[in-house]
Amino acid sequence: MSEATKPKLAVWKFSSCDGCQLSLLDCEDELLQVVGAVEVSYFLEASSAIAEGPYDVSLVEGSITTEHDIERIKEVRRLSGILVSIGACATAGGIQALRNFADVREYTSTVYAHPEFISTLKTSTGIADHVKVDLELRGCPIDRHQLLEVVTALLSGRKPRVPTHAVCVECKKRGNVCVLTEHGTPCLGPVTQTGCGALCPSFNRGCYGCFGPAENTNIDSLTSALRATGMQDRDLVRVFRTFNAWSPAFRAAGEKVAAGGVTQ
Amino acid sequence: MTHRMGGTRTLEVGALARVEGEGAMHVKIEDGVVRDVQLAIYEPPRFFEAFLVGRSYTEPPDITARICGICPIAYQASSCNAIESVCGAEIPDSIRALRRLLYCGEWIESHVLHIYMLHAPDFLGFPSAIHLAAKFPEVVERALRMKKLGNDIVEVVGGRAIHPINVRLGGFYRTPSKAELNAFTERLLRARDEALETVRLVSTFEFPDFDGDWELVSLASDGEYPIPEGRRLISDRGLDISIEDYGKHFAETHVAHANALHSHMLERGQYAVGPLARYSLNADKLSPIAKQIAAEVGLGTECRNPFRSIIVRAVELVYAYDEAIRIIDSYEQPERPFVDVQPRAGVGHGCSEAPRGLLYHKYEIDGRGDILSAQIVPPTAQNQPAIESDLEAFVQDRLHLDDHELTHQCEQVIRNYDPCISCATHFLDLHVERS
Repeated sequence: MSEATKPKLAVWKFSSCDGCQLSLLDCEDELLQVVGAVEVSYFLEASSAIAEGPYDVSLVEGSITTEHDIERIKEVRRLSGILVSIGACATAGGIQALRNFADVREYTSTVYAHPEFISTLKTSTGIADHVKVDLELRGCPIDRHQLLEVVTALLSGRKPRVPTHAVCVECKKRGNVCVLTEHGTPCLGPVTQTGCGALCPSFNRGCYGCFGPAENTNIDSLTSALRATGMQDRDLVRVFRTFNAWSPAFRAAGEKVAAGGVTQ
Repeated sequence: MTHRMGGTRTLEVGALARVEGEGAMHVKIEDGVVRDVQLAIYEPPRFFEAFLVGRSYTEPPDITARICGICPIAYQASSCNAIESVCGAEIPDSIRALRRLLYCGEWIESHVLHIYMLHAPDFLGFPSAIHLAAKFPEVVERALRMKKLGNDIVEVVGGRAIHPINVRLGGFYRTPSKAELNAFTERLLRARDEALETVRLVSTFEFPDFDGDWELVSLASDGEYPIPEGRRLISDRGLDISIEDYGKHFAETHVAHANALHSHMLERGQYAVGPLARYSLNADKLSPIAKQIAAEVGLGTECRNPFRSIIVRAVELVYAYDEAIRIIDSYEQPERPFVDVQPRAGVGHGCSEAPRGLLYHKYEIDGRGDILSAQIVPPTAQNQPAIESDLEAFVQDRLHLDDHELTHQCEQVIRNYDPCISCATHFLDLHVERS
């Protein structure tokens, strides 16, 4: 395929740790194949060569936290054929969305001597809160195999296969002993979307929700089960408020506990 | 972008490439004199130090890892060191060795990424490693192989390459078996040879004659080249203090022009952390193979030319593979994967040497284990004044270059430090004052 006919790929960054775009460079076995199949037109972390848009596929990392971000994401949307938001920041506002539960002015004066220099929004929000997103890839960080699946599928014009079931299902497939029922270890596996391959339970650790809420789960029931392990309410609020704190289901679960709404 | 008006000449790069995170450069020259230099940071603030307040003492390893996708293990290590010191936890040698192995994996991944994919293209005249691959596929394939090994070590010991899940206060959730680690030995031996080739390759690059004017600061670790821990900070100008006294000797100031918290040494001025500092202050602690290759390429035991940091990184890469081989060779799976760390009220300090330099954490916790305050000083915040001082001196001596070439070389001055702008937890939004 000549350069001119190759699909153009762009990678954009908003407020984030760079880990999700790094996942692309971490595909060591496939990287040269991928960059052979596309024209990498905008990927500042990897290249100083920039080609003008429009771009066939845009991968967007990070959350929206400034007025300028809002303008920039609209421009990215305008320049992009398919827009894929990648990672917990882009899909749910990320860990920096913890400000959404607090007073950002107080945060600013905690960290900075001159809060007046700071310009930031009161909230950190995902990309879909601002523009139309064609596909979301969850995770903190995303799973690089899922990223490859998405890029490969989009290049061949088929729908990417990204499962949306809970981590629990994955654990059963792997034959893991249940850390929650057998060891009494708090685990968000029953309500968290898969994508990691049930990584934490495979390391004798409870899932801590990197991939955000799965569809159709019963969070109230998990909250009760977590209480039964001896967890206090403040710890319960903390487990729902980490990397996907602003995702609607985890946000509601945290607020319900904070308001004393779940008893048993 | 460059423009001239009268006697004023301005060099600007609106969005720096091949650095982690978002930054820009602005240099203003008036009548042949460099008037203003800014490494401007427009990575928006994420408020880690604010939202850590009120969290549990067990959470910083997972939470602070998210400051940086390139060096999450550095954040996990520094936070564990700080909190374990508050709580008075004694970490067994077997777990400390495993932490060192995990950290070697991160050094390998990060150093290969910087040497081959971010830095080497500057010296070879390519815009990226992707372009480099078209002409020298075997070089880039070697780099990817070397990098993958670092990630594979992190995956086996830490669970996954980015934001490892297996690190906790007191140790790990699960420790690998001897057999799992032995499986790496053959690949490590090959990679160490490839790293030696890397040192030979990068030492043939052409380096501008340039020495930085700053104090070199690094962590000191008993008898070892400093990586995951250390209780003293040393410098090439006689500093030798406990990390507990960090706050008495170093301060962060909030400057408007660059919109970042700049770090400096009280009554001493700017300093630099990272490979040059580590190497110049600890070269005697490297393994024989690493020392030998450094001597072979004529590196000496001190290096103050930031352009030559690529050679130092390559020597550290040899050492990281060598250390991984040594640790795996003597590894015995710990009886328990972790020791218990009970909360205790107090203040704790923790340091480690991230690939790009010293990373300092400080936490105050109460008797229940709730965090009362947190302070994190990433390497790039410490290096920013040094980078700006390098830019100023570098440009002043090269005013004869045309704008395009000068701008390009200035970008290299910045990339010499492998700046990780995402790491800058408390970097601010940018309002550049342009005249």
